[in-house]
Amino acid sequence: MKLKNVTQAAGFLFLRICVTAAILALVVILADIVTKGIGVISWEFLTTMPKNGMTQGGILPAIVGTFLVTVITALLAIPLGMGCAIYLNEYASDTKLTRLIRMSIRNLSGVPSIVYGLFGVILFVQLMNLGTCVLSAGMTLGLMTLPWTITASEEALKNVPRSYREGALALGATKWQTIRTNVLPYAIPGMLTGTILGLSRAAGETAPILFTGAAFYLPFLPKSLFSQFMALPYHLYVMSTQHHAISKVRPIAYGTALVLITMVFAMNLVAVIARYRLRKIKME
Amino acid sequence: MLKKIKEFIIERLIFLSGIASIVFVLLIFIFLLKEGISIFKTVGLFDFLSGRFWYPISDPPKLGILPLIMGSLLVTLGAVVIAVPLGIASAFYIAEVASPRVRDALKSCVEVLSAIPSVVLGFIGMVTLVPFVKALFKIPTGLTAFSGSIMLAFMALPTIISISEDAINAVPRQYKEGAIALGATHWQTLYRVIIHGAMPGVIAASMLGIGRVIGETMAVMMITGNAAVIPTTFLQPVRTLTATIAAEMGETVRGSEHYYALFAIGIVLFVISFLINVTADLFLHKDKR
Repeated sequence: MKLKNVTQAAGFLFLRICVTAAILALVVILADIVTKGIGVISWEFLTTMPKNGMTQGGILPAIVGTFLVTVITALLAIPLGMGCAIYLNEYASDTKLTRLIRMSIRNLSGVPSIVYGLFGVILFVQLMNLGTCVLSAGMTLGLMTLPWTITASEEALKNVPRSYREGALALGATKWQTIRTNVLPYAIPGMLTGTILGLSRAAGETAPILFTGAAFYLPFLPKSLFSQFMALPYHLYVMSTQHHAISKVRPIAYGTALVLITMVFAMNLVAVIARYRLRKIKME
Repeated sequence: MLKKIKEFIIERLIFLSGIASIVFVLLIFIFLLKEGISIFKTVGLFDFLSGRFWYPISDPPKLGILPLIMGSLLVTLGAVVIAVPLGIASAFYIAEVASPRVRDALKSCVEVLSAIPSVVLGFIGMVTLVPFVKALFKIPTGLTAFSGSIMLAFMALPTIISISEDAINAVPRQYKEGAIALGATHWQTLYRVIIHGAMPGVIAASMLGIGRVIGETMAVMMITGNAAVIPTTFLQPVRTLTATIAAEMGETVRGSEHYYALFAIGIVLFVISFLINVTADLFLHKDKR
């Protein structure tokens, strides 16, 4: 065997070890959560309020809180993200302005989540006088999600063939009519796929909602969009570091972690299946 | 006529959402500046950045963020040392060595990894990694910069892997074919040819990974111990810039010096992430030219 073949075998082995190490760590983490969390999950755990200083009972308000906040996030991020993507892909040409927009989008995606939290405190909680509530937290997360929805939506728009647009334009349709009838119907499924992925990340975020509305312990459901709420990620943080009897509530923390990642993965799965279907339709 | 007006309005709205990102970046910067700048008047920019003591609630408060900057840097350095080689190697394996089926499986794993919320990773780090580190090095606490680095490396991996992989795939086929035609092995081609073509993208990937690590908040706050002292080793508790804001913002009084100082830390973080992104951008553009 030649030396260079030995080197190749060694090199590939090194790469394989690196990948295996990363995957192994992932498996260990997921296995730990699932094995220790599954015993805690019950119908009661999912549908009742926390009791006795959160040492007993369920996590219903946290599930509802996270759901509500994610809805607000979607309401802000989806239209704004789609609008921006339509502007970039359909209207704007490559100018200084579009380059500035793209640079801003990349910078928004790099801003640390805790800085979004600070921004949310000034803009929504104080300046718009909404106080700490579902709305403030949802909009803060919405801003954070924006770069992801824009990128996903633009990707989807790019995949619509040029000829679809040209056909409509040739028949005398205006620019917007063309977009509405011949571009958006084909792009929207792809846009939503990417957007769901962005929303799933937002649902798991803690730092932006710390000071914009998440509550430590509220044994009831949020009454309106202007009330504070419990959220799954923040609840997990509280149960693992802030609670007065941390080792006693460890099982609840595991259960919360399992519910949280199940929710996030379910959203991802929906997006992945939708993407797979889309690809198949396109091939046919 | 009505139709024309409607269309005009819609197109205006689309334009507005187009420039919204610019507006938000500016707003974030202006608001942080507005709230944080007054601390530079009372403490002074230089003293704020280079002060060795962070005692925000003593009287008078000492507001120097050098220990926090050092904490962030140390944790990031550790994470980079672990995640960059591991991430680049994984990207090469996925892009060049793995069979199509294995590649798809690995890419799904990377997506799963990037989907795990940071608070979950922080929790798992706390209950598994922290006791392990404590026992391994026989130190009084496992809440150390080292533990934080490992967990953060893990969070930076998906970013580094996916962007590096794109860069590797973007290397022209002819480079590879040319090398193989000259008798190089697949490994030699990877190691001597493809890596050079992919280098700008790989560097950009690493930078964005670093950005992700510096900005990480929850996991870092849960496993690094949060002691605001200038660290001397990896095996002691540290406190990062992000964790300081997250841990103290809830307890400060609006309008106090401490409050302004936390916003000033926000400015520092914003500027760091801005610089990292611009630099990564330069490398990615170099790639395209």
